[in-house]
Amino acid sequence: MPKQLSATNDFVIKFANVNGSGSASANELFARSILRMGVPVSPRNIFPSNIQGLPTWYEVRVSADGYLGRRGGTDMIVAMNPETWKRDVAEVAPGGYLFYDSTRPLPASAFRDDLTNIGVPLTEISNANYSDPRQRQLFKNIIYVGALSALMDIDPKVIEALFAEQFKGKEALIGKNVEALNLGRDWVHQNLDADICKLKVAPADAVGNRIFMEGNAASALGCVYGGATVCAWYPITPSSSVAEAFERYCRKFRTDPETGRTKFAIIQSEDELASIGMVVGAGWNGARAFTSTSGPGVSLMSEFIGLAYFAEIPAVIINVQRGGPSTGMPTRTQQADILACAYASHGDTKHVLLFPKDPHECFDHSVAALDLADRLQTPVFVMSDLDIGMNQRICEPLKWDDSRRFDRGKVMSAEELEAGRDFGRYLDVDGDGIPWRTMPGSHPSRGAYFTRGTTKNAYARYSEEGADYLENMERLQRKFDSAKAMVPRPVQHRARGETRHGVIYFGSTAPAMDEALDRLAGEGLHVNALRLRAFPFQDMVAEFIAEHDRVFVVEQNRDAQMRMLLSNELAIDPNRLVPVLHYDGTPITARYIHGTIRDRLAQYQVVPLKRAVS
Amino acid sequence: MTYITKPKLHHPSLKRNAVGFTRRDYEGQVSTLCAGCGHDSISAAIVQACYEAAIKPHRLAKLSGIGCSSKTPTYFLGASHGFNTVHGRMPSVLTGAHLANRELIYMGVSGDGDSASIGLGQFAHVMRRGVNMVYIVMNNGVYGLTKGQFSATADKGSVAKKGAINNDAGIDLALMAILMGASFVARSFSGDKEQLVPLIKAAMSHPGAAVLDVISPCVAFNNHKGSTRSYDYVRHHNEALNRLDVITGSAPITARYEPGSMVEVEMPDGTAVRLRKNAPDYDPSDKAAALARIQEQDSAGEIATGLLYLAPGGGTLHENLNTVEAPLNRLGEADLCPGSAALESINKSLR
Ligand SMILES: Cc1ncc(C[n+]2csc(CCOP(=O)(O)OP(=O)(O)O)c2C)c(N)n1
Ligand code: SF4
Ligand SMILES: [Mg+2]
Repeated sequence: MPKQLSATNDFVIKFANVNGSGSASANELFARSILRMGVPVSPRNIFPSNIQGLPTWYEVRVSADGYLGRRGGTDMIVAMNPETWKRDVAEVAPGGYLFYDSTRPLPASAFRDDLTNIGVPLTEISNANYSDPRQRQLFKNIIYVGALSALMDIDPKVIEALFAEQFKGKEALIGKNVEALNLGRDWVHQNLDADICKLKVAPADAVGNRIFMEGNAASALGCVYGGATVCAWYPITPSSSVAEAFERYCRKFRTDPETGRTKFAIIQSEDELASIGMVVGAGWNGARAFTSTSGPGVSLMSEFIGLAYFAEIPAVIINVQRGGPSTGMPTRTQQADILACAYASHGDTKHVLLFPKDPHECFDHSVAALDLADRLQTPVFVMSDLDIGMNQRICEPLKWDDSRRFDRGKVMSAEELEAGRDFGRYLDVDGDGIPWRTMPGSHPSRGAYFTRGTTKNAYARYSEEGADYLENMERLQRKFDSAKAMVPRPVQHRARGETRHGVIYFGSTAPAMDEALDRLAGEGLHVNALRLRAFPFQDMVAEFIAEHDRVFVVEQNRDAQMRMLLSNELAIDPNRLVPVLHYDGTPITARYIHGTIRDRLAQYQVVPLKRAVS
Repeated sequence: MTYITKPKLHHPSLKRNAVGFTRRDYEGQVSTLCAGCGHDSISAAIVQACYEAAIKPHRLAKLSGIGCSSKTPTYFLGASHGFNTVHGRMPSVLTGAHLANRELIYMGVSGDGDSASIGLGQFAHVMRRGVNMVYIVMNNGVYGLTKGQFSATADKGSVAKKGAINNDAGIDLALMAILMGASFVARSFSGDKEQLVPLIKAAMSHPGAAVLDVISPCVAFNNHKGSTRSYDYVRHHNEALNRLDVITGSAPITARYEPGSMVEVEMPDGTAVRLRKNAPDYDPSDKAAALARIQEQDSAGEIATGLLYLAPGGGTLHENLNTVEAPLNRLGEADLCPGSAALESINKSLR
């Protein structure tokens, strides 16, 4: 018997499946059941750019401490895909567990001697009980959930309750699923030693009232609450589920119950050039509009983004970032569109970016983006990524204040025009660089103007005069500065001890960073942390950097794009910003951040505070 | 180029239309296009059509792409909101605008470079979707603004000003529009106001995508011998299949025509469109026949003009989406935001 990893509520289990085998819902059921026992989990899908037949993995981190970042390493593999068996088994930590379908005998060479092998004849059990091939496949998945629940002490009542919710109104299905669950449980009880698996789940109270949600659904819901009525999109992983969820929520909340007519318009356009064009057209005409896309889509949209910047048209772009161009890596996560979005398009352009860290912020930032786009009359990006967008994540419940009103910004009404108020579309009346606009069709004789990119004066008349161009460009810069006071502020975490070192991070890196900070602090290595939530950067970002000798900038791309943006925009010596980069397509881990920062600090000869004191 | 204001002196004797506007009220700024450019005649036809149809100028939005043609919205309907978008992408912007407010009339202006090359995709898809718009292509067979390169509508074998011969097949935007699902497709000539003005009026009252492919000679780069878009060439090869009379509102129908040579089509907004047939055997509601006829004329070296195709009625974009009657841009929190109680129950379902 090899040495066995032993842990309660603190391990990583990875499911290796074949895409299209129906495993996704069984795996989610497994994760949810642990969550319902009050134990935090963070699952992650690792999937190829294919629908059927290729390998796919689902990694579930169980963490009593509530760490939701990817931990790295695997304690148990559920090896359901013969094709990836070798590498799946190789990945398990020594002392870990290999759970597999033992229906067909496997050669001894397929196993490692430092793992505990738990074979359950899943196919045999399933085939003995079901005759329909599809059912055999689907229930085999439920049977392994049953077996795992028995091995890990997951309460079957919790799983039964989940079935009851999932199949509400279809009682027969509930019974069938419970039956399959018990097939797995019974087999384990009858054939295996009760203690063969020392990875256990015990009831806890560490989840509280938090919710479990995908970021893309949260972004979509934010667009519903924020009053978006027009959505134009072109399918692209990992962003498609934003538009799909928007449609689902709109059908539910925005359909007139009597007439069946809709208070929204969704267009699946011919390409991203058209999606952003539609968003710009709708924004120009006073409807709140958004598109959801990913890197390649942003590239195609760039020309329009520049037009919207210069013509000052509200537009919201939800960019669910992924790795690189074309197919393959794109189904992996990255934060590699920072510069492409911050400076998207030709000419002197700069755009507002928001960086949500989890689904809760995806919701809040989408709502905020719609307000900001109207207030600032400019494109606003919500910079999500695959890691938060397409994985369910525990987060604070979504909140809405019913007294909240949409901030439509500076729209001159027909009454104001009628009263003789001066209207110059690009006139800086209030000193904040933000001009007033009128809606097409609102007044019979006043307020009409012709919209162009540049080549205009403050009254929107055609002008190629240098002075008019300069005035306009300087006003746009003032407007961008005004945005600083409106975008979400960074969040600071002060270290418990004095330190000359800081770290800046953003977006989906947050949970891994929180954990890394704890680990570093546990070793007496103190680092102050600042989580960016938006671009343009507020003064406190520059102040934070100034306060420290060195500031690590943690990001998930190769070129240290945020570091570049910081040094460029805040005129900071790049040598003071130390890049910590992770970009192999897997979500960044606490281990990686902790290890990298610890090693760097050692190079700088930082003595851990604890050791220095004792 | 500088901005030139056109003096707006309203002579008391200027005739007012049914909504109280004079023809002057539909004009824009002074054109900066070349003297004699076909595009200016089309602008004038738009002014005339809107005046005659008694459109309230502020209830129309004009959008364009990029090109000499796409500059023209500055030169008509000065009291309407306008948007000079990006090259070839007017259709998507117009679609978005139309989604936001279904109550306005949308006039999209484009060129042959704008629509047949860089914007061919958007041209096709705006037809498919049945966006309620007038789509005017000012078709001169060249890129005017970038100084005379062939466009994709130039006929194969036609000769450029500097002598180059076009080897590529020309795209017929009217044929293409019919194939892509446009429900109103017409062709005309900038030099034939009599034909063009009623077509614009009819297009405005047509619900759905109404395309007008208007041949519009470029005097600077495509008006020479060997061009198939010159004034001379088009005058000699233009074969009008029919002529329209458009009767808006409740104006009595007075003119009389030979039975059999005239059909009357009632538009959903109450406008009556009368078609005087020059080619008695031509039925513009027969899609296959329309396609065949346009191609036959083309093979014979003739340009078929007039109302080429009118679909018996088809779903427009808003009908297909089943959107509410009120413009989406006017809906507020009460209509759009589900509120905190609904969010609480969503939270509950996510635990
Ligand atoms: C993306 C982009 N590429 C190229 C251009 C340059 N450009 C401006 S107008 C034009 C062609 C216009 O031709 P057409 O639409 O036929 O208009 P015309 O000037 O003939 O009326 C081109 C290529 C541009 N504005 N944008
Ligand atoms: S270049 Fe040609 S299309 Fe452009 S304004 Fe002159 S004549 Fe018209
Ligand atoms: Mg042209």
